[in-house]
Amino acid sequence: MDHRVYADNAATTRLSSRALEAMMPYLTDIYGNASSIYTEGAAARRAVDDARKTIAKCLNVSNPTEIYFLSGGSEADNWAIKGAAEISKKKGKTHIISTKFEHHAVLHTLEYLEKQGFEVTLLDVHEDGLVRPEEFEAAINDKTGFATIMFANNEIGTIQPIKELAAIAKKHGILFHTDAVQAVGTVPVDIKDLGVDMLSMSSHKFHGPKGVGALYLRRGVRLPNLVHGGAQERGFRAGTENTAGIVGMAEALKESCEVMSERNERLVKIRDKIIDSLLTIDRSRINGDRVHRLPGNVNMCFHGVEGEALLLSLDLKGIAASSGSACTSGSLDPSHVLLAIGLPHEIAHGSVRLTFSTETTEEDGDYIIETLPPIVDKLRAMSPLWEKIIAND
Amino acid sequence: MAYSEKVMDHFANPRNVGEMPDADGIGEVGNSKCGDIMKMYIKVNDDVITDVSFKTFGCGAAIATSSMATELVKGHTIPEALQLTNKAVMEALDGLPPVKVHCSVLAEQAIKAAVSDYYQKKGIDPKTIVGDIPEPIECHLED
Repeated sequence: MDHRVYADNAATTRLSSRALEAMMPYLTDIYGNASSIYTEGAAARRAVDDARKTIAKCLNVSNPTEIYFLSGGSEADNWAIKGAAEISKKKGKTHIISTKFEHHAVLHTLEYLEKQGFEVTLLDVHEDGLVRPEEFEAAINDKTGFATIMFANNEIGTIQPIKELAAIAKKHGILFHTDAVQAVGTVPVDIKDLGVDMLSMSSHKFHGPKGVGALYLRRGVRLPNLVHGGAQERGFRAGTENTAGIVGMAEALKESCEVMSERNERLVKIRDKIIDSLLTIDRSRINGDRVHRLPGNVNMCFHGVEGEALLLSLDLKGIAASSGSACTSGSLDPSHVLLAIGLPHEIAHGSVRLTFSTETTEEDGDYIIETLPPIVDKLRAMSPLWEKIIAND
Repeated sequence: MAYSEKVMDHFANPRNVGEMPDADGIGEVGNSKCGDIMKMYIKVNDDVITDVSFKTFGCGAAIATSSMATELVKGHTIPEALQLTNKAVMEALDGLPPVKVHCSVLAEQAIKAAVSDYYQKKGIDPKTIVGDIPEPIECHLED
């Protein structure tokens, strides 16, 4: 394959060589079961415990036992939300607050809970893709059990005021969960400072292996067991530990935290250069607030162009990107995130998301800047929608 | 979801693309809300479609099916063009992913819409010849 620019790091990232190296012994010689008492088992146990400590340290968690290893972000969201719902219901609280643009791991779980009799309020995220703390506070009533609000949006990269929101939740005595899958390893996440009760994370979003993630669960919040069985993860999530995956996740997070400030400074420059340049395209727009935004996220719409056609054209030129476009997800409706920020359907169909990582270079950014505009021109030249837009001028 | 090589070829190098200023018939189907609009232009001489072109706003499959449909009707008589089915368009492209089948339906309808317009312009009621062109897309929108 010719040179490729991988610009879909919000979907997944390359496994870092440091993480792979850390994992290798646990995929080969140290294959013991972490629950076994003999030497091979003890070595695996130590690795899992160390990984928990590493992660706790990176995220400023007071006690490593507040980190529970799971299979990934979706599992963490499911456990947190269904578990918090169960606790809430026991107290007679059947109202949940979330937002319109959560990941489907949250939205579909909430839909499931609605069918079980819960009432769900989805907060507006406005044109800038940001939740308003006062609107959150106003939505809380005496039936509210908990809230789940994402840290950073996976499509438009907007970063929510989580600390402020968590403080409001605490003031009203409700639990607060945040899906921080796009934030952990990407931007600084200080859990003690944030004051959240639960936080979901996923390893493969920060150059760790796939199939492993974690939930931070504040001590004192007693969720029901997720998987019944053995005593793994303090009995909450039974099943033999994925030792290599856990070790890889911890190493990848450690590495991400080490390089974060230098990397983000660089990515912000690349990101802003791309946004500024592509905004010079006639009838283009940036989706989501430009300031409260992940350093490696560009999400733009080009009126009169359909997103999937844009992605396929970029792919032919060596750029891997994604879209909020309906077509890629197999549904005909455009992105619920873009609709949530108030875009009309026809504009929401024409979006492209470019997401960067440690590996993204300035040259990659320049290549995108050079490659994308002629593609938009070509697609517009054959677009009857564009013809109408121009004619209406 | 992956496209066949033929789909990718017609997407990357669409045949017969662009406006036709002296078209004898122009048909447009689909809508921007659903994310696809196809516009077909035909030139007719002695009941034969001597030239055809298209403009499409839509996904890769929408562009590829438009392109293939133009190839399948070019040089054929109107009755032959009206026989064109979405299935034939799909087969010619070595298949489409299930969620993209509606694109081939649109392509079939776009040809029929262009033929209808041609008859209309000649003062002939197209209904008896072309039939009704139903709204082909199952695009479920919430608002």
